[in-house]
Amino acid sequence: METRTAIKWTKKNLLGIEDLEAAEISAILEQAHSFKSVLERTIPKVPPLRGKTIVMLFCEPSTRTRASFELAAKRLSADTMNFATSTSSFLKGETLKDTARNIEAMKVDMIVIRHGCSGAPHFLSNCVNASVINAGDGMHEHPTQALLDVYTIKEKLGRIKELKVSIIGDIAHSRVARSNILALKKLGAEVTICGPKTLIPKDAEKMGVKVTYEISEALKDADAINILRIQRERQNEALLPSLREYASRFGITTEILRKYARKEVLIMHPGPINRGIEISQDVADSEFSVILDQVTNGVAVRMATLFLISMVK
Amino acid sequence: MQIIIKNGRIINPATKHDKVADILICEQNIVKISGEIKSKEAHIIDASGKIVSPGFIDLHAHLREPGREDKETIETGLISAVTGGFTSVCPMPNTQPACDNQAQVKFLLDKSAAIGLARILPVGAITKGRQGKEMTEMCELKEAGCLGVSDDGDSVEDPGVLKRAMEYASMAGLVVMVHCEDKKLASGGVMNEGYWSTILGLRPIPQEAESIIVERDIQLARRAGARLHIQHVSTRKSIEAIREAKRRGDRITAEATPHHFTLTDEDLKGYDTNMKVNPPLRSQDDVQAVKEAIADGTIDAIATDHAPHCESEKEKEFDFAPFGMIGFETALSLSVTELLEKGMIDWKGIIEKMSYNPARVIGYRGGNIAEGEPADITVIDPEKEWEYTREKIRSKSSNSPFIGRRMKAAVTDVIVGGQMVLTAGKIVRGR
Repeated sequence: METRTAIKWTKKNLLGIEDLEAAEISAILEQAHSFKSVLERTIPKVPPLRGKTIVMLFCEPSTRTRASFELAAKRLSADTMNFATSTSSFLKGETLKDTARNIEAMKVDMIVIRHGCSGAPHFLSNCVNASVINAGDGMHEHPTQALLDVYTIKEKLGRIKELKVSIIGDIAHSRVARSNILALKKLGAEVTICGPKTLIPKDAEKMGVKVTYEISEALKDADAINILRIQRERQNEALLPSLREYASRFGITTEILRKYARKEVLIMHPGPINRGIEISQDVADSEFSVILDQVTNGVAVRMATLFLISMVK
Repeated sequence: MQIIIKNGRIINPATKHDKVADILICEQNIVKISGEIKSKEAHIIDASGKIVSPGFIDLHAHLREPGREDKETIETGLISAVTGGFTSVCPMPNTQPACDNQAQVKFLLDKSAAIGLARILPVGAITKGRQGKEMTEMCELKEAGCLGVSDDGDSVEDPGVLKRAMEYASMAGLVVMVHCEDKKLASGGVMNEGYWSTILGLRPIPQEAESIIVERDIQLARRAGARLHIQHVSTRKSIEAIREAKRRGDRITAEATPHHFTLTDEDLKGYDTNMKVNPPLRSQDDVQAVKEAIADGTIDAIATDHAPHCESEKEKEFDFAPFGMIGFETALSLSVTELLEKGMIDWKGIIEKMSYNPARVIGYRGGNIAEGEPADITVIDPEKEWEYTREKIRSKSSNSPFIGRRMKAAVTDVIVGGQMVLTAGKIVRGR
């Protein structure tokens, strides 16, 4: 990857890509690059976070993000603790503030939080002294997902600047989309978003992206496409007439790609995949699919994030 | 007891009066306004350099009692109101139980009379239990002392119910005060729909959730022949509808809150739950429209929508925190900063919007400094600069996003019914 841009990391929390400068994003990517080589060693473990305690406060179901963070922490020799609850349980019972303070009383250094409400990590960061890392908040941001996505694009295509990246699917409810748009724009990519009009948020074009409802437009000249999961609840909320119509108009299949996309377009998906809805079986498993590389890179990027934040006191 | 307010600049929109004079108050009433009044036994309030205004009247507040005395009581609410210069307050009926019958109205009036600070001008519910189904006993509410009806917090969803209630209210002589919100269109949203809801990932409330109901209620009120008052107007589209209705000659009035002309949806970055209000903080364009509507008279009154909530309720995820902020003690200063200092209105305008017009909206004989009128008076130091701090708050709750803000203009003295209730910014109790 690129040569060092030597910036001093000063952020105590990672609440969102919105708070990061381009140079800071690059710093994480560079750090991730060196940690990726650690992951390929016979003993894939390094000591910089020895003695640090990291809590995974997951208030929403998550398997892969939590596992990825946990593995990243362990690869850095940190101690980890899981604290799972449900977002809705905060409506009754103990408040998030009380939960966080209880966790902090156990002398932890960092809290990785996943929560169903946008802004919950910001709120948490005002309640505790520990560092707070956002592992996905409501419909707001999922910064480490965006970091691993740009890392993967850069790894495969060598750069981000001036690349054309299209994000396809439920943009309105997607924290992955928001963080990706921010990260890609900051690094100089051209971003197109595509989905049914009911799933495109208001004034999205003011984020500096192109908005289209035509899949052909989104695929044309794209260097990479990031396909978002369609949540089945959206049909219950009457945002879609049927998953069938979604699949036929916005689903990514080999035929659609052959018709509109460049041959070597990078196929990305943050998972979990609904095969046959937003992405067909053969596309998910095709040679240009980097879906599993994203998962591998996720560990390296999260190691970099935890490491850089641990340096700030 | 006699009181003389000396040397104040009396601004009284009712009589188009704006000059320095003395006011003599005997018992409950203003008995004389003249160049210089002398009296040995009278208590003197030196108002040199100050503005003497008819007492402020708040058309929209939540005093929470009965039901949520942990947030505010009638007493703490009225202390806060007086501190902000309000001599009369319209508490909204969304208490627990709702103020939907004459016994509840009597409770409010008896309690506030015993407390002896600001007056309560009761507003009853439009429908029983604010359920939107059966209209309340409005003639009895009127006899008990109500001046208006409102289901504030909710719109009456069924237009048939609302039309009949409007017809009945107009017979009973009550103003129908409406909270305009299409709950289905608002769809569980927590902030204004636009660029900032997209950026913050918060569920959006489109502006039409308000303006569609404003349009509906204007048409229903015209059909029913009712006196309609639109509460807490927040969007340009609503304002255009109200302006058009006024142009046609409809009997319609409207209010706006200081937070809706001070803050925008952009201020929600940082997710401060004290800025979570309903209707939500709107776009810069809407804020500009509200200011212009206040200046051109489309919006008649500034009302606080004072909505106290406990700290433990607001210290939550944005989605889970309740809507509302307190407002009595900051209303004047925010109006001065955002409207007067920005050249939208002058002091006469502020006093019209906070006293004279609210009295007219609700059909109350107040907001007038004239001989023979009840002595409800607010004295303002227009130049005083101060910082709004948590310690200064007199409300039982402190859910305000303005804590820490530098403020311009302060209420120094308040007289209600000839009694001094605030002097040098401090509450005085007992006779």
